[in-house]
Order: sequence, then C-alpha cells, then structure tokens
Amino acid sequence: MSTYQSFTSLARAMLLGFRRDKGALFFTVLFPLMFLVIFGGVFGHQATAKVTVVAAGPVPLVDRAVAHDGDLAGTLKVVRAASRDAALKKVEKGDADAFVEQSGNALNVRYSVADQVKSGTARGLLSSIAQSANLAATGRPPAYTVTEAQVEDRSLKAIQFFTPSLLGWALASAGVFGASQTLVTWRTKGILRRLRLSPAPVPTVFAARVAVSLGIALVQFAVFVAVAHLPFFGLKLTGDWWLAIPTLMAGVLAFLGIGTLIGSWAKTQETAQLVGQLVVLPMAFLGGSFFPLDSMPGWMRAVSYVFPLRYLNQGMLDVMGRGLGPGSVLVPIAVLLGVALVTALLAVRVFRWDAA
Amino acid sequence: MAYTISASGLRKRYGDVAAVDGVSFDVEAGEFFGILGPNGAGKTTVLEIVEGLRRADGGEVSVLGLPPWPRNPRLLPRIGVQLQSSAFFERLTAREQLQTFGSLYGVPAARADAMLEMVGLTDKAGVQVEKLSGGQAQRLSIACALVHDPELVFLDEPTAALDPQARRNLWDVLAGISTEGRTIVLTTHHMDEAESLCDRVAIMDAGRILQLGAPAALVRGLDAPARVSVASGTLPVEDARALPAADEVADDGVSLVVSTRDPGAVVAALAAKDALAGVRIGGATLEDVFLELTGREYRA
Repeated sequence: MSTYQSFTSLARAMLLGFRRDKGALFFTVLFPLMFLVIFGGVFGHQATAKVTVVAAGPVPLVDRAVAHDGDLAGTLKVVRAASRDAALKKVEKGDADAFVEQSGNALNVRYSVADQVKSGTARGLLSSIAQSANLAATGRPPAYTVTEAQVEDRSLKAIQFFTPSLLGWALASAGVFGASQTLVTWRTKGILRRLRLSPAPVPTVFAARVAVSLGIALVQFAVFVAVAHLPFFGLKLTGDWWLAIPTLMAGVLAFLGIGTLIGSWAKTQETAQLVGQLVVLPMAFLGGSFFPLDSMPGWMRAVSYVFPLRYLNQGMLDVMGRGLGPGSVLVPIAVLLGVALVTALLAVRVFRWDAA
Repeated sequence: MAYTISASGLRKRYGDVAAVDGVSFDVEAGEFFGILGPNGAGKTTVLEIVEGLRRADGGEVSVLGLPPWPRNPRLLPRIGVQLQSSAFFERLTAREQLQTFGSLYGVPAARADAMLEMVGLTDKAGVQVEKLSGGQAQRLSIACALVHDPELVFLDEPTAALDPQARRNLWDVLAGISTEGRTIVLTTHHMDEAESLCDRVAIMDAGRILQLGAPAALVRGLDAPARVSVASGTLPVEDARALPAADEVADDGVSLVVSTRDPGAVVAALAAKDALAGVRIGGATLEDVFLELTGREYRA
C-alpha cells in the first residue's frame, strides 16, 4: 500500500473538486482581485498627490521656483482663476488647497482648514519658496541644509500596500473556508467515515488537504503579483520579495488550522460558514488588509496583534513593498506557525468522524 | 479459521437507550447474511461495531479472525463498506471516484472501468456524481465498496429510497457479486429483499435478535395459514365455509378469501365447483414472520 499514492490521488481529487467549483474559484481568486483592482485604481496615485494652489494675479516668485525646481513641480501645481473672488471660492469648495497672491515682495496666502494636511503642505511649500528666494537674495551659499529621503523605496504607492494585504485576506479566506467546508462536508456526507474504513493513514488525508491549499495559495500569489505588475497598477517588487513565499506558506498553515478547528467543531455547513465569516472579516479589517495599520488609532493597532492575519500582512508588506530583509519575516513566520500548531492541537481534541 | 464474522453478546448504550442489547451471531464464509428490522432496531449500530467504526460497550467480535476495534489497518483492505449514496468526493466523475477510492487501496486506475461495467455504469463514466440518478449513485457506491476486491462486504440499506425498478436492478447487481464467493452482510427493512437475496437473516428489534435462520425456514416455522382467494361472488360464503380444510372465510366485496392449512384441497374443491375465477394462492412471507415477531402497531 503506497501512502504516496493515496496522498497524490486524494490531493488530485481535492484539486479537481476545487477547480470545478466555480463559487470557490470566484471567492478565493477573483473576488479579492476585484478589490485589488478597485483599491489599486482608487488610491493608486494618492502617494504622489499634488498640492494645488490657485492664483488670480501674477505670482512670479512661485512661478519661477516651480519652473526651476523639478521636485517642486512634482508636488505643487499652480492654477489660475479669473478673479480673486473666484479663486477664493475654489479654495472654499476644496478644488484648490490654497490661494496665493503676490504684492511686491510679499506672498499672501489664504487657505481652508477643511483639509489640514494639504493646506499645511501648501503653506509649507510656499514659505520654503519665500525662504529660498531670501537666501538667493543674500548671494551667499546656505549655512545649513537639509537633505531628505523616504524611508521606503521611493516607489511606495498604494499598490505596494494593497497587493500584499489584500492577498493576505484572500489567503485567510481560502484557508479558513477551504478547510472548514471540506471537513464539514466530508463528515456530513460520510466521506470521512469512508476514509476511516480505508487503509489510508489518517495523516495522509490531512497532508493532501494541506498540499492542495499550499498550491492554491501559490496560484493566488502569482495571479495577484501578475495583475499588480501591470503598468496601470505599477507594483514594483523589492529586493527579497521571494521571502513572501515562505511567509504565506506559514500563513496558509495557520488559516488551515483555524479552518480545521471550525470544521471539527461545527455540525453544519451553515454554522461553519457563519463562524468563518465572523473570524475572517474582523480579522481582515483589524489585521490591516483594507487600510494600513499605521493609520489606525492606537487601541486598534493594539487589538490587531491578536489576529494572525496581521503578521502575514506585515511580513509580506515588509519584504514585497518595503524592501526589508529576511529579519523582518522571522517573527511573522514564527507566530503563524505557532497559531497553526495550537489550532491543530485544539482541532484534534474536538474532531469528530461522524455527524451523529 | 471458523467464521468470517463471529459476534457474541454485543452491547451498546447511547445514554439511557440500549441500542444493542446482547446480540450474538456468526456469519460463514461466502454467506449472504441479512440483518432485518424496523428503523431504530439497532441494525446500523451492530454493523458499525462489526466494521470497527464503534466500540461495543460489551461483548466480543472478530472479523476474518481479527478484532475490528481499534482501527485495524491489516483488516481494512479485506473488507468493503458501502455507505449512503452521498459519500462521494464532490464534483468528481464516476470514474474518478472509483480511481480515488481504488488508490487508497493501491488498486491500479484501470480497474475503475471494469467496476463501472460490473454495475452497468460504463456510459456514465464521465458524469459527475451530482448528476447521477439515485439508482445510479447507489450502484456506483457499491462499485466503490468493491473496487479493491474485498472478501467481506457490508451494505447498509442499499435500496432505501430507490424506486421499484432501481431496486430490482440493484438486486441483480447484488446477486451477481455474491456469486463470486464473497461474504456479504446486508441491512434492510425490505422483507422481500431479504427473502430473495439472503441465505440467512437475523430479525432484530429493540436492540435484540428475535429470530435467526434461512428465510424459508423462518416462514415455515411461523406455521401461518395459506390464503386462497377468488373473485367476490364466485361462490356464496356459506358454500365456501363448507369447503374441506377451510379454516376461515371472509368476503370483503372484492375477494373471497379462504384461510387454510391445505391449500391444495381447497383449490381442488373450488375447481370441482368451477369457481376458480381470479384465483390466487398466498403463502406466508417473511413480512408475516416479521410482523408476528415485532407487532403490528405503528411506531414512528
């Protein structure tokens, strides 16, 4: 009796069943991909968002600075309005972030507090233009200078965040629902009982399910990265991006563990489905799949440490989007493997062969 | 080695209910053995104990000379179990099901087609199980149980929920597999099924075996009268009572029924009177034995 033969044929059976299940295909691959397209499209250009200032009269000081400084031209955009009133109206309505006029050597800036971040940036940029002009007027080289660079790769855009984090959500759904639904269905249909009456070793059955899930996860990864790589989205994989693969494998094990636990406990498919949703959705929101952890309030960020998905997202983001090295995935992998182990042990305790 | 299955004094309780309450029986090699009983009689629990799915609270059981509990990997390749028709992998075709189950026993994939032919499903090889009819699914599940050519096969109510044609068709399949020298254990609540297929039957109710023997012997042992019936009005009731060997006579307006221990004499007398219109002779069946043993009142 070949254990390997049992393993391959069970894995093949599961894979065929999955491939022919249009619903599962949709929810594990296409549905998260739709989110990637939407989020990537909506927020895709936010990181390079420009600040717009509106002017009615001539503002030679600003125009000259923008014309000579390429970096500045990338962030500051000057538009014209027919009159001062029309220009102020634009600021009020949020079409422009600040109003600027030049009288003599004075720059007069008016802004709205509606978007404090943008109006603040506009004010900062305009005062630095004035400072630079003052410095140039002295005819001396600057005594103090500031050089600045982003911590992340300069290309860190929304897509760099959404690709790993939405992928994390997709992996969590596939793992939790895949394992729990398979287990409950097999139990209620009597397949578990049938397998128990065959000489195939029980671990083989579970190993087959794990192998299939790992395979599906790699496909999800490939599809996500391929789509995000399209010029429209412009994902740029950084240095050690391949480290995302061991990380996501550890993640798959953790989510399979959670799914197995749910599937061992739940009596019906409906229950398993409901409990799965209750686990996956809050985890996706609070684990940083839909918005960055950094933008969460402190208490929420503290709560996020409870969710295994947080570690998967963080680990994949660090190596895929932020260009960090192997050290950044060690803790996530360790935590995810720990979750897998604990849930598997718990699942063994509540596991039942029979529906009765 | 003596018996294929040897069970003695099996007991199993679920809470306050004694599902199996001292069941003993032996099954010989090559025998077609039936366990008959109403729903809740404990048939399935007995089967599960013998298969090794459940541990008995008390009693001894050996299957092919081996204890089935705990899960015994040396025993499992030698037995085949057919479960409900739904115990299939989802969205796999009939052939893929057989190949998958076969591979668990190290059976080459090519055997799947031979099995499909045996149960008459060759033209359904590429059809996904969800699209098979009830009878086809049941035949496939029997093929799955036989894919590794086991010495002993358990069939748990294989014809439940099948229409009459599908049932007869399945009987042919079952009769076919038993001629290959296999031992078959079947549970059913269809008397006619047990009567036509089984060498011996055990009649169970409330966790006990009430009677055990060949169906014909059980019927004979009942010593029930035969019933000779002719169309109503063929003969006045008074004349019928006067017939030789007539024990009891009843006319329900459709048939005139004469109960007798000597149906030959009654038929001869009716023939002499030229009163054989629509004659039918009914002997006792296993159903009579069953109802005699378990009572006629309806139990939900």
